Amino acid sequence: MTPGLILRPLLILLLLALVLRPEWFIPLFAPLAPEGGPVIYTRSSLLSLSLSHLALVAAASAAATVVAVTLAILVTRPAGAAFRPLSRTITNMGQTFPPVAVLALAVPALGFGAGPTLVALFLYGLLPIFENAVTGLTTLPPATMEAARGIGLSRWQRLIKVELPLALPVTLTGIRLSVVIALGTATIGSTVAARTLGEVIIAGLLTSNTAFVLQGGLAVGLFAVLIYDALVQLERYLARRMGG
Amino acid sequence: MKTTGAGLSAPGLLFAVAGLAALLSPFMTLAANRIVAGEGIFLWNMASAGAVIPGAAAVLAGLGLGLLQQPASLRFAGAVLGLGGALWLLTQGASSLLAETGEYARVSPAVGFWVLLVVLMLLMADALTAMAPRPLTRGAILVAILSALGLILWSGALSDLSVMQEFASRRDAFLRETMRHLGLAFGSLAAAVVIGFPLGILAHRRAALRSATLPVLSFLQTIPSLAMFGLMIPILSWVGATLPGARALGIAGIGFAPAFTALVLYSLLPVVGNTVAGLASAPPAALEAARGMGMTPGQRLRRVELPLGLPIILTGLRIVLVQNIGLAVIAGLIGGGGFGTFVFQGLNQTATDLILLGALPTVVMALSAAIVMDILVDLTRRTPKDKT
Repeated sequence: MTPGLILRPLLILLLLALVLRPEWFIPLFAPLAPEGGPVIYTRSSLLSLSLSHLALVAAASAAATVVAVTLAILVTRPAGAAFRPLSRTITNMGQTFPPVAVLALAVPALGFGAGPTLVALFLYGLLPIFENAVTGLTTLPPATMEAARGIGLSRWQRLIKVELPLALPVTLTGIRLSVVIALGTATIGSTVAARTLGEVIIAGLLTSNTAFVLQGGLAVGLFAVLIYDALVQLERYLARRMGG
Repeated sequence: MKTTGAGLSAPGLLFAVAGLAALLSPFMTLAANRIVAGEGIFLWNMASAGAVIPGAAAVLAGLGLGLLQQPASLRFAGAVLGLGGALWLLTQGASSLLAETGEYARVSPAVGFWVLLVVLMLLMADALTAMAPRPLTRGAILVAILSALGLILWSGALSDLSVMQEFASRRDAFLRETMRHLGLAFGSLAAAVVIGFPLGILAHRRAALRSATLPVLSFLQTIPSLAMFGLMIPILSWVGATLPGARALGIAGIGFAPAFTALVLYSLLPVVGNTVAGLASAPPAALEAARGMGMTPGQRLRRVELPLGLPIILTGLRIVLVQNIGLAVIAGLIGGGGFGTFVFQGLNQTATDLILLGALPTVVMALSAAIVMDILVDLTRRTPKDKT
C-alpha cells in the first residue's frame, strides 16, 4: 500500500496542474509541437472540457445504475425469472459489441453531439452493472436469507434491508467497470462532436501536433486511473465494513 | 406467481409485441443521395402488396412460433422463418423503391428493420439457450449462419442497399482494411500471448512478481483507448527516430506500429491474469498426487496445472480477442487502418452508410470470435469429463 500512498497525491497534483495550469507544461511539451505551432490547447479550457467529460460519464453511469439495478431486481424475483436466461444472453452478446461501434451506430439514429454519446455510454454501461447486480442478488448466503425470513421481514423489507446491501460490493464492481468503459468511450465521443477531453487528442491527431495528443492523453489517462483507484478503495472499504 | 399462461413463453410475448411494433414503424429509408437525410417508408408503401404480404406473413408466423414455450426447436425455426421474411421484405423494398427514383437515390434499412432484426436474433439466441446444444453443434450453427450471410451478400440480393453500394465502390479498400483489422486483432493477441504467457507462469511461481505486475497491468487497462493510442505516438516516433533499424522495420509515430503496441498493452492483463488464475485453479489434491508420483515442477506444470487451467486461460484469450477486435477500430484515427478507417471517414462525411460499412463487419467479427472462443472454452472444459 505504500507506493499508493506516495503515488496517489502525486498523480492528483499532476492532473490538477495539467487541467488548471497547462501553461506550466510548455517547456516539457514544446519539443513535441510542430515548429511555430501552438504548444498548449487553447480553443477551449481543459477545465471546461474535463467538467463536461466527467458530467457526461456521471449522468450516463447514474442512469445506467438505476435502470440496471431495477432490471436486476426484476429478473431475480419469481415473477421475472422467465426473463433471466434471455437477460443473460443479452448481456453476454451485448458486451461483445465494441463500444466504438455502439457510438458510431448511435449517430445515424440520433445525430451528432452529446446525445449519441450519452445514449451509447448509457446502453453500454447497463451491461456490467446488470450482470454484477444479478450475480450479487443470486448468490446471497442462504442462512442469512433464512434468518431474514425467520424474523418476519416482508419481501420488500428483505430486499431493501438484506439483499441490496449484501449485493452492494459486487454491484459496485460492475459500476466501476462501467465507469471506466464510459470514460474511454466518452473520449471517443469527441469524434461525434461531444465536448470531452478527447477533443484535445483529436485536434492533435488532425494537425499532427503531438503536444496536444500528449496533453489530452495524459489528462484522460490520469482521470481514468484515479477514478478507478477511488472506486476500488470504496469497494474495499465497504467490503471491510460488511465483513467486520 | 408465474405471469405466463400455460405453454406461452414470456420472452416470446415480449418479442411478438416488439416485432409487431417494428413492422408498424418505417421499414426503409429513401434518400435523394448518399449525404442527405432520407424519409422513412412504411411497409405498406414500400412495394406492391404481392411482394410485401409473403414477407410480412413469414415474419408474423415466425413471431407466432416464438410464443410457444415448448419445444425450443420450434422457436428456433420461428426465428429462422422470421429472419427469412425480414430479408425478403428488405430485398423487395429496395428494388421496388429504387425502380421509381433517380440514379443517385439511396435506400437503406430503417428503424423498423433493425428492431425486427434484433428481436429475431434475440428470439434465436433465447431458443438456443433453451436447447443447450453441444459445443460442436453450436459451431455448426455458427458456420451455417455465416455461410448463409455470405451467400446472401455474394448473390447480390442486397446490392440495391446503400451500404452495399458503398462496398461496391471501394471493394479493394474493404478487403485491405479487413486484412488489416484481422492483422491488428490477431497479431496483437499472438504478441500478447508470447509475452504474457511466460510472464503469467513466472508470476504464478513468484508471489512478489505477481503482486508487482498485476496492479500495473490493470491500471494500463483503465487508460481510455484513444488516450492510449495517442500516447503511443510520441513514444514510438521517438523509438523510430532513435533506435537504429527501427524505422526500417516500419516503426513510426503513426500507422500500424502504435496501434499494434497499444493493443498488445491492453491484452496483457487478461492474458497474464487468467494464466495466473488458471494455473492456481488446480486442486491441491491433484498437485499433491503429482508431487507424490515424483513429477518435477516442469512436469507438474505441463501435465497437471496447464491442462486443468486451460479453460480459464482460454477465457482470457476470448476477452482479449473480442476486446481487440473492437479497439482496433480506434486505429483508424491514427492511420493504423482497419474497419475504423470507414467508421471515421463516415463520421466526417456524415455518410451513415460508410459508418455502417465499418461498424457492421466489426460487430459480426466480434460476435463470431466470442462464439468460437466460447466453444473452445467449453470443449477444453468437457474433455476430461467425457473421457473418464
